[in-house]
Amino acid sequence: MRARQGGGGPWARFRKDRRAMAGLCFLALEVLLVVLLPPLLGLEPNVTDRAAGFWAAPSRAHWLGTDDVGRDLFARLICGGRISLLVGFAAAGISVALGVPLGLLAGYRRGGWEYGIMRCADVFQSFPTTVLVLCLVALVGSSVWNIILVIGVLGWTSIARLVYANTLSVAEQEYILAVKALGGSTATILRRNVLPNVISPVWAALAQRVGRAILSESSLSFLGMGIRTPQASWGNIVQYATNVTVFADRPWVWVPPSLCIVATVFALLFVGDGLRDAMDPKYIPAAGPEEDRAVYRDTPEEIRHIIRGR
Amino acid sequence: MIRYVRRRLLTVIPVFFGITLFVFCFLSLAPGTIADLMGESGSISYADQAALEERLGLNDPLPVRYVEWLWDLFHGDLGESWQTGRPVSESIAQRVGPSLILTGTGVALAILLAIPLGVLAAWRPRSAWDKLSSACSMVSFGVPGFLLSLVLVYVFSLTLGLLPSSRMYTTGSSGSLWDLLRHLILPASVVCLSNLGELVKQTRAACLETMGEDYIRTAWAKGLRGRAVLLRHVLRGSLIPILTTVLTHIPHIIGGSVVVERLFGWPGMGSLMFTAILSRDYALVMGVTVVIALTVFATNLLLDLVYGLADPRVRQGRYGR
Repeated sequence: MRARQGGGGPWARFRKDRRAMAGLCFLALEVLLVVLLPPLLGLEPNVTDRAAGFWAAPSRAHWLGTDDVGRDLFARLICGGRISLLVGFAAAGISVALGVPLGLLAGYRRGGWEYGIMRCADVFQSFPTTVLVLCLVALVGSSVWNIILVIGVLGWTSIARLVYANTLSVAEQEYILAVKALGGSTATILRRNVLPNVISPVWAALAQRVGRAILSESSLSFLGMGIRTPQASWGNIVQYATNVTVFADRPWVWVPPSLCIVATVFALLFVGDGLRDAMDPKYIPAAGPEEDRAVYRDTPEEIRHIIRGR
Repeated sequence: MIRYVRRRLLTVIPVFFGITLFVFCFLSLAPGTIADLMGESGSISYADQAALEERLGLNDPLPVRYVEWLWDLFHGDLGESWQTGRPVSESIAQRVGPSLILTGTGVALAILLAIPLGVLAAWRPRSAWDKLSSACSMVSFGVPGFLLSLVLVYVFSLTLGLLPSSRMYTTGSSGSLWDLLRHLILPASVVCLSNLGELVKQTRAACLETMGEDYIRTAWAKGLRGRAVLLRHVLRGSLIPILTTVLTHIPHIIGGSVVVERLFGWPGMGSLMFTAILSRDYALVMGVTVVIALTVFATNLLLDLVYGLADPRVRQGRYGR
């Protein structure tokens, strides 16, 4: 019913979702700023300004002041954004690239594949994410690509479970049987018949994973185990707040990167919710406008409202 | 039921070996051994280093070491810390209590808040309660634990000066209950807030589903008042899914408070783990990790069994969570 109400394809429905569009615009703007500002303004995150000194207050030369060795914090914020966003998107990409094929295989092939892959997921999910990320990063060293790899690889289970559950039900449909009868190979069936039918919830999960990955990276960097200082990331700028004087007297150091993290993750959550609603016509939105009336129309509470209204 | 239990228990074996093998490989792949560590610091000679490696069995092939390690694990022996030489199990035993106090309080608070909030949000969609509950979910999904902690410390410790911001007891005090409670408030609220979102969301979803059932319509049709429908039918009907969510959520919390414990200097498993990683004390890291993972795993298993006992549909359907 909602599909008709929404009208048009998923994109048309997505465009009508104001929160999701705002989130998308915010993310696009953020990526643009992070990519374009350093060359345009000539930002240099690793240059020490001796004239300004350490822990300078915000001024015209240094919009957010300087850090403990006199580096410009605004430049570090922008360049840190590059790293944080890169980690978020790349790690989520890895999770999806691993999780989708494994979930498809487990759900379609059943038997040994299903058993092996799902038990593997059990093993991974027995470790709390923070603990495992900490251990692995300590083991492989904390370069940007290592962190992306660790966070990305550890994120495969949730995606795989999602795809697996959907594949189970799609694989039992008659049209799959029909393609099989026509002689389609497993690879063809998975790619052309199963994948398009299970992929829509993955888009929403992808947006969520980007957010999770950004949070993981920032927590890790905040603890001092993630991106190390010559390189900047939002998390390791917030880390200055563990110093009591910075924390209490120089909020301009740690508040902007914190706001960046929160705003980015919120935008991603909005986009994720929007994608989920747009992709899945059957989904009932959380607190959307008119649409969810249909569901409650039958309950006496609503009927009483209608009667009272008359 | 017996078939279900047997099938479920059969999955335990590979997962158990998976977990232990994973943790073991972690230690074996880690660069440097305790002997190298002591050699670097110059505390032992090269010959002693070789002797130590031999005595600890570090020269044996990996599969042999894995079996020996597993054997010790079954006997509750997790080895000795590389830094302090104390048994790992002893350090863990010492830190479990504070961790349980912190996460237990936080999660209990979250449950106490989440259930009424989720039920009210489902009961009155688009009301203020609904908005509050989605705001809660946003905060707990979108704001990382360290930021929540920073904000709370900034407001309550620095600006208002009401609450202490670190450690479990005031240094030098005898450790009264009141002192503990005062130190507990901030970290426990962070744990509570970071788990609230998921719980509220799931409670709300469970209640919405129940409200679509026919027996709720029947309850209305026979003329029950709103409160009676809510308490006697909606709440009761969604109690099992709510409880399941709450219980399946608990394992995630067991080892998940590393950041909070570290920030507040809380002497729990999380901070033990963190200092162990920093000082490259891999024996300790391995012990803590395997204990946490096996606890999570055992809790999950227990939940599945209890769930199967309570709900025949789980037993019969193909297992695929």
